[in-house]
Amino acid sequence: MNQALWIAKTGLDAQQMKMSNIANNLANSGTTGFKSSRAIFADLLYQNVRQVGAQSSQDTQLPSGLMVGTGVRTVATEKLFTQGNLQKTDNSMDMAIQGRGFFQILMPDGSQAYTRDGTFQLSEQGELVTSSGFTLQPSISIPENAASLTIAGDGTVSVRQPGSATVTQVGSIQLADFVNPAGLQPIGDNLFLESGASGSPQTGNPGLNGLGVVLQGHVESSNVNVVEELVNMIETQRAYEMNSRAISTTDQMLQYVANNM
Amino acid sequence: MDHLVYVAASGAREAMLAQAVNTHNLANASTAGFRGDLISATSAYINGGPSSTRVFAGMHNSGVDFTHGTINATGRNLDVAINGEGWIAVADADGGEAYTRRGDLRVDEFGQLTNGAGNPVLGESGPIAMPPFSEILVGGDGTVSIVPLGEAPDTTAVVDRIKLVNPDNAELAKGADGLIRTREGEELPADAGVRLIPGSIEASNVDTVGSMVQMIELSRQFENHTRMMKVAEQMDQASTELMKLG
Repeated sequence: MNQALWIAKTGLDAQQMKMSNIANNLANSGTTGFKSSRAIFADLLYQNVRQVGAQSSQDTQLPSGLMVGTGVRTVATEKLFTQGNLQKTDNSMDMAIQGRGFFQILMPDGSQAYTRDGTFQLSEQGELVTSSGFTLQPSISIPENAASLTIAGDGTVSVRQPGSATVTQVGSIQLADFVNPAGLQPIGDNLFLESGASGSPQTGNPGLNGLGVVLQGHVESSNVNVVEELVNMIETQRAYEMNSRAISTTDQMLQYVANNM
Repeated sequence: MDHLVYVAASGAREAMLAQAVNTHNLANASTAGFRGDLISATSAYINGGPSSTRVFAGMHNSGVDFTHGTINATGRNLDVAINGEGWIAVADADGGEAYTRRGDLRVDEFGQLTNGAGNPVLGESGPIAMPPFSEILVGGDGTVSIVPLGEAPDTTAVVDRIKLVNPDNAELAKGADGLIRTREGEELPADAGVRLIPGSIEASNVDTVGSMVQMIELSRQFENHTRMMKVAEQMDQASTELMKLG
């Protein structure tokens, strides 16, 4: 069948993918620790219908050829790891990372995951866990009768017990960082997995070796720029309409041949 | 059979090819740094026949549309757009040098600086390898500087300088992989005068409204050619009628 139809189809596919991506960003504009993503496109290979510079006679060459492109493809959807706004919640178990780094989470299957979502809660054993109940690594247990909980910028967790004037240190939060955070694999639940593209995790104390500091009583909100997404949405809709118009026009051309020949 | 039908058929076929090129431009309306293809028709005379009415149409790429796309601010440190004329040098699939306007850069799993399409960006001597960093900045002249991982923010290191070239656009042509090269295929010298705008991306330069108009025009052209084929058939039929006896 005609190639223009298929080229326009690749255009529709690409705009559809872009739209899904925008919808996902907008849907997660209120998700703590969410990182927006963007679709990246590249043109497909060109078909050489008439070779430029081919011999038109023994001594002359064709001055121009004909190359027909074959459309567009989505190369990747790339996560943008810019800092989200820090929101003050005053909840003592909320933490936000200001700067680079991820909290390390132990998955139920024993593997390691990473997150920027710092809304931690206590499990029944008194351990700090994510809202899905997965344990923060290295694991930190808060004594049952703790009167107050303090998390310092360098990750030191200390509690004060009733009747005691001094605070005792119960653990220390460590962050992990990656050479290429955009290469992490998002798996939902605000979690990321290490991949071949991200590099291996380098763990350390917050505030040291380029890692960000931990802020207690804050959460990092989503870094989605809603206005930008809405502008993208308008642009995507128009591009989609034009590509679908290209399909109907090509269809009409073929119809004309079928009806009139 | 009259030659008219072949001439008309060549016109219809070429109009369809031109429509494919035009649709390809429209499909890439969202591809960063994409340059549209221009297409124009030339006539090809067939000599030696009894009459001089046999002129076939042939479609040719009359080059690449080198107008600039709009520059959109993204605020991402690794997005760069070229301010005015110039090209970013990248390595193609064979490792040869090619040029592009797309500046959505990133660091791949091997620590190499590539663009969004995955082509390694070239520095002063080959692809740019990035050491682990906590902060990256691309300067207006293409200098890539970083704060190495684990260092204080005041320790910056210059990694390399992105190779930017500025040849005469008349020397350039698009390859089958969509990258721009010189017609002779030689490597161009770096030009210190090309400026980058960090934190921005140059969008596709496809004029969507213009392409829509061209789409309508090409479809009407195609209908006219088809109509001529029909006319040729009718004329042929009429002459057959004449020959009929009784």
